[in-house]
Amino acid sequence: MIDPSAASPGHLPTIPPLVAFAMRPLPLLPLQLVLGGVLQRIHRRNPALFDRLGPHARACFGIKPIDLPFAFVVEAKPPRLSVVRDLPPGLDARISASFANLLALLEGKVDGDALMFSRELVIEGDVEAVLALRNAIDDAQLDLAAEASSLFGPLGAPARRVFEAARRQLIGPPGQGEQSR
Amino acid sequence: MMELICPAGTPAALRSAIDAGADAIYCGFNDETNARNFPGLNFSRDEMRKSIALAHGRGARVLVAINTFPRASAVDIWHRAVDDAVSAGADALILADIGLMDYTARRHPNQRLHVSVQSAAANPDAIAFYAETFGAKRVVLPRVLSVPEIAEITRESACETEVFVFGGLCVMAEGRCSLSSYATGKSPNMQGVCSPPSHVTYEQTADGTKSSLGGFVINRFGLSEPAGYPTLCKGRFSTAQGAGYIFEDPVSLDATTLLKGMRDAGVTALKIEGRQRGRAYVESVVRHFRRALAALESGSEADIASLKPFTEGQASTLGAYRKTWR
Repeated sequence: MIDPSAASPGHLPTIPPLVAFAMRPLPLLPLQLVLGGVLQRIHRRNPALFDRLGPHARACFGIKPIDLPFAFVVEAKPPRLSVVRDLPPGLDARISASFANLLALLEGKVDGDALMFSRELVIEGDVEAVLALRNAIDDAQLDLAAEASSLFGPLGAPARRVFEAARRQLIGPPGQGEQSR
Repeated sequence: MMELICPAGTPAALRSAIDAGADAIYCGFNDETNARNFPGLNFSRDEMRKSIALAHGRGARVLVAINTFPRASAVDIWHRAVDDAVSAGADALILADIGLMDYTARRHPNQRLHVSVQSAAANPDAIAFYAETFGAKRVVLPRVLSVPEIAEITRESACETEVFVFGGLCVMAEGRCSLSSYATGKSPNMQGVCSPPSHVTYEQTADGTKSSLGGFVINRFGLSEPAGYPTLCKGRFSTAQGAGYIFEDPVSLDATTLLKGMRDAGVTALKIEGRQRGRAYVESVVRHFRRALAALESGSEADIASLKPFTEGQASTLGAYRKTWR
């Protein structure tokens, strides 16, 4: 069952500014390699997600966690992800929210419209493409801890425990979707 | 006990609704035949078949909404939707168009038929027409009636009645509203989209957010002011008397406190709006009303969390159910 307190927007923590500041000098390439691998895996395992994107599968999305010193540029088809300090111009759409809210959206634990109503999610650019992306992701029932830990080979099990603990801290326990799949 | 009818825009949302206690789920095909024709939403034919089988296996029913009005030159699309929903095992079809009801009643005489809210059937005569002519078994009442009016209509009708209890509040003559069409050329009635996202823009300014639809500025929200959908009916208009909401405020319907009144009025089913919303909304709102109904049945106090975080504009209303302006 989705924890109602986690599902309700406005309850998720933000990354403390000091932690975000300490992350500033970190190189972006290792994070890009890991997240790029996660995106490739999601692409392989969830073909229906890209069907739902329809004509927006080739859109270029900029995703900005407002409490972190970097951002992501994501394309679905072919799957490409870059980690950047600042979002470049020329993107089809920009999505910004706290890191926890973005994670919760990815796992379907918060409602995108509710985040919009409470002003915790900001969208600019092609609203239709963003809506298609949101609906496609919501239907895919992604488990990011499982997807990310699968990249760690024999260390996958302990890595998953670490990712799940981090997820619990940020957005609460796994959602209904994963349990009933 | 009154039935709980829950929305699903995707197969995953349908599973969430079942898990949360839905008696029935309403959903539509991924085309212009249903009134929530948004990108990335709705069911392919294969997904519909599998979802209905899954729901039946878990004791839930599936109502397929084919509730837009067919274009004269493309009626086949709507006929095919009816045929495919019937062959997929739909427990009922939710229809708005008289021609489509006629087609369904003739072609599939044993198929249960519900009258969509898009038909705006708001009086016993209209409801009697649908029941007697097409064998409609249920009517979804428009959101413009008070609870006493609902009781009177239900008493005088051979049809079951279904009422909205939560979600987007449309106070226009449903199925007839042309506001979205005026601004964008697309409407919920014909294309299945009210305020299509292809025509929506959000612009961030130093003062907050400006939302526009088809080039018309709909609203300006301050930096921390709760926001609503960019629909013309919920726009903030500037007039000689000042700026404000003329048609309706950006709020959601929440009839949790009126469930007893609805039961006493003889209502058969309670409907939650929101096929365009995510799984988190479906899960939380369905569970909320399942608990509220259980409390109503047992005569106990409902210990349920507020749905305010899910409401448009972070505010709710009883709408016309509690009319104070007459």
